[in-house]
Amino acid sequence: MIRRLLTIVLLLGTLHPGAAPARSGGAPVVVQDPYLELRSGPGRGFPVFHVVDRGQGVDLLRRRTDWIKVRDSEGTEGWVHRSQLERTLTPGGEPVVLPGPSPESRTEHRWEVGLVTGDLEGANVVGAQGAWAMTPTLLVRADVAQLLGNYSDGWLGTAGIAHLFAPHWRVSPFVGIGGGVLNVEPKATLVQPDDRTDSTAYAGIGLRGYLTHRFLLQAEYRQFVVFTSRDDNEEIDEWTVSFVYFF
Amino acid sequence: MDRELRVLLLSGVALMSLPALSFAQAQPGVGAEQATPQVVEPRVKRRDVNPPGLDTENFEAGLFVGTVSIEDFGASVSYGGRIAYHFTEDVFAEATIGTAKAGKTSYEDLSGSAQLLTDSERQFTHYDLAVGWNALPGEVFFGGTRAMPSAVYFTLGAGSTNFAGDDHFTVVLGAGLRVLANDWIAVHLDARDLAFDSDLLGKDKLTHNLQFTFSLTAFF
Repeated sequence: MIRRLLTIVLLLGTLHPGAAPARSGGAPVVVQDPYLELRSGPGRGFPVFHVVDRGQGVDLLRRRTDWIKVRDSEGTEGWVHRSQLERTLTPGGEPVVLPGPSPESRTEHRWEVGLVTGDLEGANVVGAQGAWAMTPTLLVRADVAQLLGNYSDGWLGTAGIAHLFAPHWRVSPFVGIGGGVLNVEPKATLVQPDDRTDSTAYAGIGLRGYLTHRFLLQAEYRQFVVFTSRDDNEEIDEWTVSFVYFF
Repeated sequence: MDRELRVLLLSGVALMSLPALSFAQAQPGVGAEQATPQVVEPRVKRRDVNPPGLDTENFEAGLFVGTVSIEDFGASVSYGGRIAYHFTEDVFAEATIGTAKAGKTSYEDLSGSAQLLTDSERQFTHYDLAVGWNALPGEVFFGGTRAMPSAVYFTLGAGSTNFAGDDHFTVVLGAGLRVLANDWIAVHLDARDLAFDSDLLGKDKLTHNLQFTFSLTAFF
């Protein structure tokens, strides 16, 4: 299993076409600002070592986060911030649009991915979650988590929907419902070492606070009803915190 | 003067086409063409695509090798893979998976025959999901002519370690140095603490398993 995962990671790292070293191409744009500042690296702290004047053309080579590597007509290469390149024109005279965060991202983003950790009835939770914003107030979401407890381990996978009451507020409450599968595997030292995989449904309530135009922090309480194969259903509580990136 | 006129004109246009306000400000040429009133106001939406030919490289994946000091079981060779996504120049998320083969405790060595764990239980396998912060970005100089972008970063994550026949919830604290050899290849030096509760030797205790690794990664 691990060997297979490692192979995939290796393949991703070496075979992707984007990893090809030097390329002659690039998207040409024409500078409209009085000058375009080229930095020595992809970050605001790197020094400006070259400027390209208005009316000159540069080629966009590669993008990393909000920084784009460009090459001017003399072959000088440097990194330029996205905001400055949005004030350039394509050779056809159209403005250059580069996707990125804006104040509207909070209500207009489509996708969310996040890391989750917390507590499910005494067991530690570690997992990942994703969501698709069907509308600014309605999320379709799914998550998978590993459960690590003192007496049992397991995993939990759920899918559901969530309603955001005020996505434009800095801190927004939400409610959610959904269903999923819960697997609990008691540790071998206990008397019943049989695996249990049951379906489950949840109702939850939470708060999300926007940290920036891209990140939010989410706290959530969910109550699960586990439909066990025994006579009684079980009710369990989950408290989680997640760090979410949206785009 | 010419510039002031254009600003005045633009302000007027911007007020008239409120739905496309931000768009009009960004592009004087297009704004001027829209000065004549239109029956149907175009709804301009940002295209969420990079221009063709511009390659976005926010993923970073690679392999690491190093050493992990498994508490009570000595130090062993550790190896594995990592994949990161860079959200901004400051923040990234990273998934790491690795494995090592634990050695013997001093007790096992001294007693000669006693074995605390079976061979398969000695396999120390861990994974974690972490958030990283490039706290100290900068450049490193190699010789007199090469300057390579670098960053000292800190990570905090949670995951699971499978060791001694059990899964342990693991908190991972790390610090590392990333140096970009060229635009898309990076080398890392990392120090990470894989901390988890273990009752293997009879008493419940928090174990700290320090891992020092060297990684080679590629951006794509």
